[in-house]
Amino acid sequence: MSLKLDSIDHVVNGNAHIEGIDLELAPGSFNVLLGRTLAGKTTLMRLMAGLDRPTRGRILMNGEDVTGVSVRRRNVSMVYQQFINYPTLTVFDNIASPLRLARVAKAEITRRVHEVAEMLHIDHLLSRYPQELSGGQQQRTAMGRALVKEADLILFDEPLVNLDYKLREEFRQELRELFKARNCIAVYATTEPNEALALGGKTAVLHEGRLLQYGRTEDVYHRPRDLLTAEMFSEPPINVVPGLVSGREVTFDRSMHFPLNEDLGSLAPGQYHFGVRPSHIGLTPQADDDLELEVRVELAEISGSETFLHVGNELFSLVLHLAGVHEFRVDQPLKVYLPTHRVYAFDRDGAVVHIPSHLGGK
Amino acid sequence: MAQITLNALAHTYSPDPAGPKDYAIRQMSHVWQQGGAYALLGPSGCGKSTLLNIISGLLEPSDGEVIFDDRIVNALPPEERNIAQVFQFPVIYDTMTVFDNLAFPLRNIKTPEAQIKGKVEEVADILDLTPLLSRKAKNLTADEKQKVSMGRGLVRDDVSAILFDEPLTVIDPQLKWKLRRKLKEIHQRFNITMIYVTHDQLEASTFADKIAVMYEGQVVQFGTPRELFETPAHTFVGYFIGSPGMNFLEVTLTPQGLAFGTLPIPVAPALLEAARHSGSSNIKLGIRPEFIEVSEAPGDETLAVEVEDVQDLGTYAILSFRIGSAAFKARLDEGVSPQGPRAHVRLPAEATHLYIDEYRVEVTQ
Amino acid sequence: MNKVQSNKAWFLVLPMLLLVAFSAIIPLMTVVNYSVQDVFDPNTRFFTGTEWFVAMLNDPALQGALLRQFAFSFTILAIQIPLGIGIALLMPKQGWRASLVLILVTLPLLIPWNVVGSIWQIFTRGDIGLMGWGLRELGYGYNITRNPLDAWATIILMDVWHWTPLIALLCYSGLRSIPEAYYQAARIDRASRWAVFRYIQLPKLTNVLVIGVLLRFMHSFMIYAEPFVLTGGGPGSSTTFLSQSLAIMAIAQFDVGPSAAFSLIYFLIILLVCWVFYTAIMNLQKDKS
Repeated sequence: MSLKLDSIDHVVNGNAHIEGIDLELAPGSFNVLLGRTLAGKTTLMRLMAGLDRPTRGRILMNGEDVTGVSVRRRNVSMVYQQFINYPTLTVFDNIASPLRLARVAKAEITRRVHEVAEMLHIDHLLSRYPQELSGGQQQRTAMGRALVKEADLILFDEPLVNLDYKLREEFRQELRELFKARNCIAVYATTEPNEALALGGKTAVLHEGRLLQYGRTEDVYHRPRDLLTAEMFSEPPINVVPGLVSGREVTFDRSMHFPLNEDLGSLAPGQYHFGVRPSHIGLTPQADDDLELEVRVELAEISGSETFLHVGNELFSLVLHLAGVHEFRVDQPLKVYLPTHRVYAFDRDGAVVHIPSHLGGK
Repeated sequence: MAQITLNALAHTYSPDPAGPKDYAIRQMSHVWQQGGAYALLGPSGCGKSTLLNIISGLLEPSDGEVIFDDRIVNALPPEERNIAQVFQFPVIYDTMTVFDNLAFPLRNIKTPEAQIKGKVEEVADILDLTPLLSRKAKNLTADEKQKVSMGRGLVRDDVSAILFDEPLTVIDPQLKWKLRRKLKEIHQRFNITMIYVTHDQLEASTFADKIAVMYEGQVVQFGTPRELFETPAHTFVGYFIGSPGMNFLEVTLTPQGLAFGTLPIPVAPALLEAARHSGSSNIKLGIRPEFIEVSEAPGDETLAVEVEDVQDLGTYAILSFRIGSAAFKARLDEGVSPQGPRAHVRLPAEATHLYIDEYRVEVTQ
Repeated sequence: MNKVQSNKAWFLVLPMLLLVAFSAIIPLMTVVNYSVQDVFDPNTRFFTGTEWFVAMLNDPALQGALLRQFAFSFTILAIQIPLGIGIALLMPKQGWRASLVLILVTLPLLIPWNVVGSIWQIFTRGDIGLMGWGLRELGYGYNITRNPLDAWATIILMDVWHWTPLIALLCYSGLRSIPEAYYQAARIDRASRWAVFRYIQLPKLTNVLVIGVLLRFMHSFMIYAEPFVLTGGGPGSSTTFLSQSLAIMAIAQFDVGPSAAFSLIYFLIILLVCWVFYTAIMNLQKDKS
């Protein structure tokens, strides 16, 4: 099945929640909707499901217009943030419920429920009730109900936010594998850039009801179309430094000068926003033309196996993403090195004009 | 100001416990230095909340002692322990102003009003609450409320420890790091013991100088964030800390040495000796994904493996492969990616740890 | 929201609309209809305009009943609200004691209005009633049929007995919803028992108390059966409240027009007082913000 949104608008009480979205999802694709809260992710999913009707535009399934068709007549299923199960039914009956509604034969129900439960590693819990399960197991049950139906379209609305990070890691991995072999369209909404990357597939970046960019997840990440996309799709956020290109020189933040190198060679004189990935700034120089910056430590956030180092001085602040655990004192003076050949450049309107050459340039 | 000592502490909710399984907290002894920043880290149900309640005085331990400096405080209620606590959901006095909230603990002990004013203003300044002092506390944002509840602890000169119970749960993601920084700053400025309870490794490692990782009612490691990452003392620490967690290989002891199936696994002689000596059959090798070296060509001590998946996570990639039936993950730097279905991996001996009965074997050379 | 539309839903709402029409709108309109007419018999009626309303507002008997009514409602509120809060604070928080106390406290609420009146009527009798007999034995010449003060005190006591449990229940549920962390924080801050009440419990009770006060006001403003059974409105008219005056007029004297006008005035007073009270409370809360 394919799903096409054709210039969709959704206006509620005069506020545009979705504006001019064109999006075509291929059969069997796994799609991530990435955006901050209120970017329009849930609204868009509700429109895809048929829970709401768009103010303007058409929704096509397999080329057929389904714009006004109710959710009951579409073969969709949805998984929510909250672990939604029937409290009085066992896990088995919970998963079986959509099949019973569809009057599937009893033997067939048993077979399919067991198959799905096994896939989700809850086959040993089938006779339990939801309140006897952990959060992760409850969400697996809810997912089982969505999967057993063999829907054409499965929507996941931030299903992992209420689980702790180890479970999230496991779920992402499993979902990634689970959907490799299925030919339904999956749509997964998240606020976390790293979750989008971990899930892979394709990513649509949403911001304030508009679609910023859609494409293969890695491509959108490495080759953002504009500054806003780069900012939305980066955790920790990409460092943005205003700069000026004049003659053969680049000036960052009116204070740091360096010669225009061959990587940035094509930039015409003018004002730019330069973007530097937190992982590209280092504590040691990696190349001769790295820009040395004297800063003070604001905070080292340690995630267990990685360090996010917030540094700054009177002029600017930066975030570094370092592998491994590094300990710093707050206000400790430090030198960091910014690789001048690994920067993105965006023009004054935010459109990308330069992608670092190690990614193939532009 | 206090040093907190847990002496043979254990707690059970059961009246006649039959074994360690009945204990929410299994026997432990720890000394928490005056002025240190500590975290209690573990998944839900590991006993960290029980331990926190024992320290704060809401719960009296069934066994052992809690000692503040030299005083056994087992039976003392929270108000007599000179502690402050910041809860998961902000606890503020809704109908009072921010000033009155901060002044509340001082007024309760009948401090002169002039002294209260000075103290409240000082703390408000540190917490960036000065412009909000005359506002009703009810209308503050979640992060401001948490700062107010922290401030109520800081105004008191007699506070010996501040306990934090998942204090950033309700804070906007974009504001979290600012509050984390504030906590660090306060810890450096005030000489107060701080204990931070969380299930989030980022929260714990960012805040604490030393972390107690809890698992099934036990502290399985008490160490710096760096120690937890580089030398996890227990397989659970290896799994729980780091994303992705540590790789484990279940090995068997053969007359020739350690082996995985038919594949001999070379380890340092001292480790082999320890494995022989233990008599246990639960032997694992652990290595973190960050330390596995991946190359295109075979080299010294490399193993040829089948590549299952390469996951581009933007700043780095995760390579999934199998050694026999054991699934492994290795972290690849950005731009490094094996071409083709096979790769060669090396597990450097200095980053490979031996675990017997889930605990790391430490060998002093 | 632009939901997918289905007009079938209207059929589901229809029974509810009809029910409301029959139960509220149509009877009310009938009353409005009577209040502006003088009805002699089913075929003879005159349009009177606001005449009945003016007459009613100037009737000294009704003015007296209205004043008594306000005095009664404010007195019982002044007693029941603090008493209800007090009882709620004393009730056990959990375990079998909590269930038992809950049942005992709720009991008076389960007794029908006129039965309450009868119980108290017997209770206060000088010959066989425990209270009446007891007070007389103690040397106090208690008599609700002769002494207006005795009658008043007894009606108030009866209402307090009957309805304070409602306030206690509302407050009890309000208190239960305060997270334990608030009490812990207060202990750590060394707050006194009074400070805990003043700064934690009372603010969290505001919402249930607004409901409690409104309910009790409306209820007490319409009180009928209990004083009717207990004192019959006497001695004299000292315990004749509004609803009893209305009943006498409408049923005993069959003055349909005036009593309809009076009903509407009655209705508007309740509406007005509730509105004023509600707005005042809401503004008070806004001021806090």
